[in-house]
Amino acid sequence: MASIDAAAAPATSETLARTREQIRRRDALKRTGLLTPALLIIVVFGIFPLFIVLFYSFLEAGAYGGVEWKFSIDAYVTFLFNRDLFDPSILHFSPSYLQIFARSFIVAGIATVICLLVGFPAAYFMATRPAKTRNLWLFLVTLPFWTNLLVRSFAMMLIIRDQGLINGFLMWIGAIQQPIVMLYTPFAVALGLLYAFLPFMVLPLYASLEKIDFRLVEAGFDLYATRGQVLRRIIIPLSRPGIIAGCILVFIPGLGAYITPALLGGGRDLMIGNLIAQQFGGSRNWPFGSAMALILMAVVLVFLMIYASVTGRQKVGHG
Amino acid sequence: MAELAPPPPFIASRRQRRMLDLTYQPGFRGVAYFCLFMLYAPIVVLVIYSFNANPSVTIWTEFGTNWYVKVAANQYIQNAAITSLKIAVVATIGATIAATAAALATTRTLPYRGLGTAYVIINLPLMVPEIVTAVATLSFFAMGRTLLGIDLGLANLMLAHMVFCIPFAYLPIRARLEDMDRTLEQAAADLYASPWHAFRRITLPLLTPGIVAGAMLAFITSIDDVTITTLVAGPGQTTLPIYIFGQIRRGITPETNAASTIMLAVSVLLVSLFFFLAQRRKK
Amino acid sequence: MRKGLIGGLVGVTVAFAALTLAGCGEKKEEQSSSSTSTTESSSTASSSTTSTTTTGTTTDSGASSSSTTSTPSTTQQAAAPEGGELHIYNWGNYTNPELIKKFEATYKVKVTLDDYDSNETMLAKIKGGATGYDIVVPSDYMVAVMIKEGLLEETKPNSMENFKNVDPRWVDVYWDKGRNYTVPWQWGTTAFTVNTDVYKGDVNTYKLIFDPPPELQGRINMLDDMNEVINAGLRYLNLPRCNKNPEDLKKLTDLLMGAKKYWRTFDYATIQKLTSKDVDLSQQWNGASMRVRLQMPSMVYAYPKEGLTGWMDNVAVLKGAPNIENAKKFQNFVMDPENAALVSNFAHYANGIAGSEKFMDKDMAAAPEIVMPASAPAPEFLPPCDEDTVKLYNAIWTELKK
Repeated sequence: MASIDAAAAPATSETLARTREQIRRRDALKRTGLLTPALLIIVVFGIFPLFIVLFYSFLEAGAYGGVEWKFSIDAYVTFLFNRDLFDPSILHFSPSYLQIFARSFIVAGIATVICLLVGFPAAYFMATRPAKTRNLWLFLVTLPFWTNLLVRSFAMMLIIRDQGLINGFLMWIGAIQQPIVMLYTPFAVALGLLYAFLPFMVLPLYASLEKIDFRLVEAGFDLYATRGQVLRRIIIPLSRPGIIAGCILVFIPGLGAYITPALLGGGRDLMIGNLIAQQFGGSRNWPFGSAMALILMAVVLVFLMIYASVTGRQKVGHG
Repeated sequence: MAELAPPPPFIASRRQRRMLDLTYQPGFRGVAYFCLFMLYAPIVVLVIYSFNANPSVTIWTEFGTNWYVKVAANQYIQNAAITSLKIAVVATIGATIAATAAALATTRTLPYRGLGTAYVIINLPLMVPEIVTAVATLSFFAMGRTLLGIDLGLANLMLAHMVFCIPFAYLPIRARLEDMDRTLEQAAADLYASPWHAFRRITLPLLTPGIVAGAMLAFITSIDDVTITTLVAGPGQTTLPIYIFGQIRRGITPETNAASTIMLAVSVLLVSLFFFLAQRRKK
Repeated sequence: MRKGLIGGLVGVTVAFAALTLAGCGEKKEEQSSSSTSTTESSSTASSSTTSTTTTGTTTDSGASSSSTTSTPSTTQQAAAPEGGELHIYNWGNYTNPELIKKFEATYKVKVTLDDYDSNETMLAKIKGGATGYDIVVPSDYMVAVMIKEGLLEETKPNSMENFKNVDPRWVDVYWDKGRNYTVPWQWGTTAFTVNTDVYKGDVNTYKLIFDPPPELQGRINMLDDMNEVINAGLRYLNLPRCNKNPEDLKKLTDLLMGAKKYWRTFDYATIQKLTSKDVDLSQQWNGASMRVRLQMPSMVYAYPKEGLTGWMDNVAVLKGAPNIENAKKFQNFVMDPENAALVSNFAHYANGIAGSEKFMDKDMAAAPEIVMPASAPAPEFLPPCDEDTVKLYNAIWTELKK
């Protein structure tokens, strides 16, 4: 017996190492294979085109749109500085574009918070229904979004405008004398964004909440926790991936959203989205549009990378 | 000794039932119904106004079905709707498959070289403002056309849509996958299941709500996209959002309401059919 | 194991195969619909989808000329286009479907119609790369831009059969002297419309926009168009257009910033804004104004004494278009008075073709929006400004809207 062990011992550690190596390589191959479709599509059709934009941002604007193939960092300079009207060689620091960026960030942030506050309870309720009803709810929540957003926005305007349905009803029952001004206000913009982005918050939250093991909740109750405590300390932390996914899906597209805010807010204020779109349109300054887009991306990228390394790392739980 | 009457049956009042329900949270039901109300109010208005006889989308005069007649005769709007659906369905299927695979590869693993980069690449289309993607994709395809002579027809649009649909499908799936413990799959492996078998029978069913959520998000993103589609579409490839958007400056009529109502009715029918069949199969 | 890798590759291949088939399915549809006809038409279809190189045009002219000389055999099937195809790219809701049907029937051509929402979108798309469209309908200043950039085909409408119908004042225009490239489609003016139930005074001045009376304050909509807003300001201040003068621009900026508080919205959807009573005064195109008046008779289109913008949309052929011969036929077709009237009756604007009045709807012949009163100033057709001016205007616009 001892001789067998003695013979086996050195061989075991080697084979162990080799097997480990094999497993690692196999895993790497499997990962690569799984990642390939997504990465391939995005790299070829998403990233190569972006390099074009990167080039554009360092070129000169063509006279009537398009670009001249001459190097220039004018686009980036224009973002922060204005040439003086009377003497073009003087640069003034101009906060206009930064203001517009800031406004978009704030609006997107508020939209995200509101979506979260409204979407979380809704998603939770949906996720805790019995199985058949759950699917029905899912369907009900998504169905409105199969209608075109523009048409729905017009319908919403019809409801909240001064001569619209809400005001009409309130005045008819005599509750108010003058119409409540709802349209073309920040309230309307928030409502519009909530309306447009609600499913992007609700669906990831639902996916995450649905798998919560309610035995944990039961355990919490056994330990004399109140419902609020259970919510705060068990349910919300367990649904954190969903919350973060939902916030990303609302905040980032919300930064670039401009059609709905312009429609419901009256178009008086520029957001990043229409500022950039304008550069490719009437303002005929493609390099500047490209530069602003890249700056926007850079800011968002930083946040995303932080998120990736934080969450990707820890979830190796074994139940 | 007289027999004791059996105790009266315990019929819980609604409040008692609520208190016994583990999942109950006060006010959440109300918020959920409010959401539904808010989501459907404009839809109801939209449908009602599609029966508005006069050409204004905002003033109601009288009931009339003339707009539905117009839609039936208007081949442009019909083609636009069908093109939208074609693109959305293909893009959704492609994006969901790719996103599921990508989510499996990037979650629940020890960090490996390239994980962060892969994550960033997958989410990159989210971060780029639409107009920029639009111009970039247009230039890219134009280059492909003139330099290599490749023109994929409608597939151009489908691929462009797939690019931005992938992150929308990826994030819910990932959210679902994180925290999903591996004990079940390990148990399957202990029982001699191959990895593919374990995936198909265990992981995939557990992941289904996430995949469905992701697919729905991808679908609604694709079917509503205006900016990218406007610039990348070629002749005869007008989609419904482009058609509607192009009408803003010259006046939108209830015809668009009628078309939207029809599309809504068709989607309801299709999904109901799907559910009905799914229920039948379960039996 | 390797299954993961293989699975991934299989998935990709399947996806791509499905895509290309779907995409090819589209192409095949176009091909089959146009090649139900005679001989060379198959090469017509393939050349129109592969690229917009000039080789396509020679085979096209061959195919279409052969079909016009030979009698079409399949006259019952309207979908049998022996004459080839035509791809039109126009503003949304601007092309009369009856006009298209008539053209298709007359020349046995299959027409596709796509929409854009602004000149700038169209230009960005054309500049971005080859697109496969034959006909676009740019506004006057955009025609000037596109000719300068070499984007339009010189089709010489002035040598076409119907050219004699073009009203002489639209022949030597600043954007296309002598009409070597384009043909008039619709023309109009841009000023503003006032609800005379709310404001009873004289409407013909920009003072209502920049220094409004109390009943109009906060009830004004401006077009979301940099040039229209700035030009309105320049007219009110009696300063020249395409202005680079720093002092003038300073005055303009102050005027605009001061007036912004009286403006409720910036939006192109002017018809809705007025009919739903969100605003009582809106910058607007004359045809849209007429549509509003037909729904609300108290609406009056103003002809401000300081001046107003004139514009004309023109039918142009893109350089290197796949179906140039058919495009030329379309240009000729639109110059016919009866067809021009079809366009006008649908879009509610004047066209530039003499003799079309007798075919147009009666309510357009008498409308003050379409037929300018003698007291109104002549509309200004403004060429595009140079890039320095555009940069300055941009800065002002951003300042206004930030």
